[in-house]
Amino acid sequence: MEPFLWLLFSAGGVLSALLIPVLLFLFGLAFPLGWVSPPDHAHLSAVLGHPVTRVALFGFCVLALFHWAHRFRYALYDGLQLKHLERAINLFCYGGALAGSAVAGYLLLAVL
Amino acid sequence: MKTEHTPFHPRWYRPRVPVFWWLRRRSYLLFVLRELSSVFVAWFVVFLLLLVNAVAQGPEDYRRFLDWSATPGMLLLNVVALCFILLHAVTWLFTLSPHAMVVRLRGRRLPPAAIGAGNLVAWMLASALAAFLILG
Repeated sequence: MEPFLWLLFSAGGVLSALLIPVLLFLFGLAFPLGWVSPPDHAHLSAVLGHPVTRVALFGFCVLALFHWAHRFRYALYDGLQLKHLERAINLFCYGGALAGSAVAGYLLLAVL
Repeated sequence: MKTEHTPFHPRWYRPRVPVFWWLRRRSYLLFVLRELSSVFVAWFVVFLLLLVNAVAQGPEDYRRFLDWSATPGMLLLNVVALCFILLHAVTWLFTLSPHAMVVRLRGRRLPPAAIGAGNLVAWMLASALAAFLILG
């Protein structure tokens, strides 16, 4: 199980490093502060609604969430020395990633 | 597990490590900050899904999402998040993977600097593609 989880962690780490900086810069800073004018709803809706975007974003969300789960789990283990709470931490981290993936799948594949 | 002292078992030597052991050295602190960057990766997924939901609901909700993301609290959160994400991206693409990945070309191992350069190109291409798709 551990190698599989590590693989998800690693793939999520690569995708997060490649994609989050530009997306967070645009939607978190550049659009709100007016440095760049945000895309209108019709355009963004068309881009997000494309099947390739939806599947790609779903894959990104799942891998990024498992990246968080794996890394945060070890941050709690080692950083705060909570080894004795192993079960609760695993449940919180991987359960959270699973729940988040389900929400992402619902929003990206069913609602959008 | 039997842990009490007996004549035949030496007592275990377990030095106690303080909880804030990682504040003692810059490199330890950097390690923990890198691990904490994952929290902001998770935050970004939440932020992205809220955006997707707003766009799916219609122009009105999308407008409200843009206004909400311009509130001081959200701006502050996203500035902090961007700092952590950049720490993650730079260390992951240029420190970790060039040394962790073994790529062989004609029987020779590619030097880490070449993998780092490849990652830089991939990063720029991915950013350009995302910006092009969003800004049209």
